[in-house]
Amino acid sequence: MSIQRNDWSLQRKGIIDQERHKDRVKEAIRKNLGSIVSNEAIILSDGKRTVKVPIRALDEYKFRFNYQKAKHVGQGDGKTRVGDVIGRESRGTGGGTGAGQAGQEAGTDYYEAEVNIDEIAALIFEDLQLPYLQEKAKKAVQSRKTQFNEIRRTGVIANLDKRRMILENIRRNAREGNPRFGDIKKEDLRFKTWEEVMRYESNAVVIAMIDVSGSMGEFKKYIARSFYFWMVRFLRTKYDNVDIVFISHHTEAKEVSEEQFFTQGESGGTVVSSAYQLALDIIKQRYKPSDWNIYPFHFSDGDNYYSDNEEAVRLADELISTCNLFGYGEIGEEGSSSYRRSSGALLSIFSDRLHHKDRFVGVRIDDKEDVYPALKQFFGTRGVETPA
Amino acid sequence: MEDREIKDLEAAVEQIWQIAQDFGLDPYPTNFEIVPATVMYEVGSYALPGRYSHWTFGKAYHRMKTMYDFGLSKIYEVVINTNPSYGFLLETNSPIQNKMVIAHVLGHVDFFKNNTYFSKTNRRMVESVSTHAQRMMEYEFKHGRKTVERFLDSVLAIEEHIDPYFFIKREVSNEEQKRRAEHRPREGRYDDLWLLDKAERELRDPSAAADKRDDDSKPRELLPEKDLLYYVMKNSPSLAPWQRDAIAMVHEEMEYFVPQMQTKIMNEGWASIWHARIMRALDLTDNDHIEFANLHSGVVSPQKGQLNPYYLGYKIYEDIERRWNEPSIEERDKFNRLGKEGRDKIFEVREIENDVSFLRNYLTEELCEELDLFVFELIEEEEWTITEKRWEKVRDQLVANMTNFGFPYLQVEDGDYNNNRELYLKHRYEGTELEMRYARKALEHVHMLWGRPVHLETVIDEESTVLHYNGDEHGED
Repeated sequence: MSIQRNDWSLQRKGIIDQERHKDRVKEAIRKNLGSIVSNEAIILSDGKRTVKVPIRALDEYKFRFNYQKAKHVGQGDGKTRVGDVIGRESRGTGGGTGAGQAGQEAGTDYYEAEVNIDEIAALIFEDLQLPYLQEKAKKAVQSRKTQFNEIRRTGVIANLDKRRMILENIRRNAREGNPRFGDIKKEDLRFKTWEEVMRYESNAVVIAMIDVSGSMGEFKKYIARSFYFWMVRFLRTKYDNVDIVFISHHTEAKEVSEEQFFTQGESGGTVVSSAYQLALDIIKQRYKPSDWNIYPFHFSDGDNYYSDNEEAVRLADELISTCNLFGYGEIGEEGSSSYRRSSGALLSIFSDRLHHKDRFVGVRIDDKEDVYPALKQFFGTRGVETPA
Repeated sequence: MEDREIKDLEAAVEQIWQIAQDFGLDPYPTNFEIVPATVMYEVGSYALPGRYSHWTFGKAYHRMKTMYDFGLSKIYEVVINTNPSYGFLLETNSPIQNKMVIAHVLGHVDFFKNNTYFSKTNRRMVESVSTHAQRMMEYEFKHGRKTVERFLDSVLAIEEHIDPYFFIKREVSNEEQKRRAEHRPREGRYDDLWLLDKAERELRDPSAAADKRDDDSKPRELLPEKDLLYYVMKNSPSLAPWQRDAIAMVHEEMEYFVPQMQTKIMNEGWASIWHARIMRALDLTDNDHIEFANLHSGVVSPQKGQLNPYYLGYKIYEDIERRWNEPSIEERDKFNRLGKEGRDKIFEVREIENDVSFLRNYLTEELCEELDLFVFELIEEEEWTITEKRWEKVRDQLVANMTNFGFPYLQVEDGDYNNNRELYLKHRYEGTELEMRYARKALEHVHMLWGRPVHLETVIDEESTVLHYNGDEHGED
């Protein structure tokens, strides 16, 4: 019989296994990127750094009873009678959290992982790049990066490398015949120092065009925005010097701010050529093709005025001839499959009639899960042209 | 915690130990350890300190720790069933909390020592699990962390499907092995050559092969086998030796946990009844007494809707004691109860029953009424509704839910199904269906362990159904 109090500060098993669990979460996220990319919680995260997304792969599967189909024993306050309702099942959610106070073991049917948006972004962007990026003649902009890559004996105290210092200290004490940590002297100190690395990058501009006409319902706008959400993040993370021009259009096009671009709702008909014309004008005024890599992207439901199709194709061809890659995403009705694919929508017209198809990428999106593949198609690895 | 407080606590332990013995409790010597929350939650999530590593423990740890950090729930105490036993006290506990926890822990330890379902428990389990952890780490080193982790995922999916009376099997098989060893010719370096010779003879003479089939080529376990984990370990056509060893370790740890799973209500009830009596026997100041009363009612209060095992067990013991102390006239005449036997009776009950028999034998009509127990179920997939209040039905439902510690009862029917080394499992359906999505996923885990097609017979919508999984796709008929 005794009371003890030990030093547990080195006990880290729980923390180590917690890391293992985190690894599993990461792996599951990697496998589920398709659904995570278009998860509302992330797209609507509004600046929050972490969000919760359901991940089924982390369930611990066992043979167990179906809680909903089983009878359970509970305890009341002394006045219960047969027929009393003690809890309600939230409908349609599959698992649900069970019956109020009653459903103790139903639990959630899936594990909700807390994910850091930056980490997800890193995973998504891992193998994305601006395709056909060329080194343009003028104004190759430098970007400056700081890298800690050297250890010295002198330096700023804020850059002290404690780990190395402790090692040096122990080493010195050992040399003096007393291997232990303590008595730090100036000669034990080690500092990290940095180097500035210059990176040379080509200029690039992305022209993001979105259709905000009346036919672009909630779902379609959501898809377009989640695509652009990731695109903008991607460009800002990977490239230090990329301009982004936002254009929204219905029958007319206008250049808008980033915030307007992501929040504005509009209505009216659709004249796609208006957006392309505006893009061409902006390119002419501000982004000379000899100096800039130019990437126009356009998202629409393809429901263009019939009379405008001719003009849209002509301007699209013109855009393509000035730019590195033209991406067009056509969004279908939620859950629809291919029934519209053959109709007079823009995507099929483009693929029939465009002259310069080699720099055109058209993608059809019918489902939230298609957003990630679309990103990969637009920004996937393609022949990077070596500068002449 | 200051030294002075530790001194006070040491004195309290001595005092509580003395009172416990005066009451007739007979615990193992117990060491108490004051630990920070991180350690408390670590021991709590692994159930034993020093077990092997697996991400599911990390997940449980993370959940418990988060709940604690957000002030949602708190574990006051963790007790380890070994000899000597260990009780962990949270360093932020107040002195009164600590006293109550110490008394509660001694109740548990008395139960561990004296309840018959624990009689075969390995009391040096902490040492055993740390050698397991060591071995598991070596396997990780040798075969890769991921490989071992994936494999354990599958093993843990069926870890509950063991035989609670496995020790009988082990004793028998030890004897069997001894007997066989005596008859076996000495093993030598060239034995494999004789085996080749034997195979050739069988080729020439099929009748010898038939003999052999009956002899030792086929698993000779008696089927059906309840211990799925053991059966897979022994007979799976595809496992490497380290994998069989890993299963054996998980099996051994589950054997250790099973008695605790079988006696949850009894064990908690027993600890609660004794912490209450011991605390009342201590000379508490009025303030301390109020604090204790609050804590105690927090532990043994009924929670609306749910069933609190502490409370249920507590009430049943009290009821037994009362009924044996003051038997009714009928009980005197019919059962020859003399009265004043309450204390002896509850000690007898704590020795020989488990939750299932405890409830079956001692949950009475009056108690069911007093506790206002009922059966509830989901009606039209929408409303959880009370559907039964007749006490026998309530009792039987409770007993049914406790059976096989709340897990579906599976058994191995055939390890050579279709004459093709396929595994055929049967769910002994007793009115409650399996959660099908989970069953299919778990079947994939079984397949991973067995390495050949697996089948599970169960009941869906009142029709007997067999689920199949062959490694590529699921089937059902």
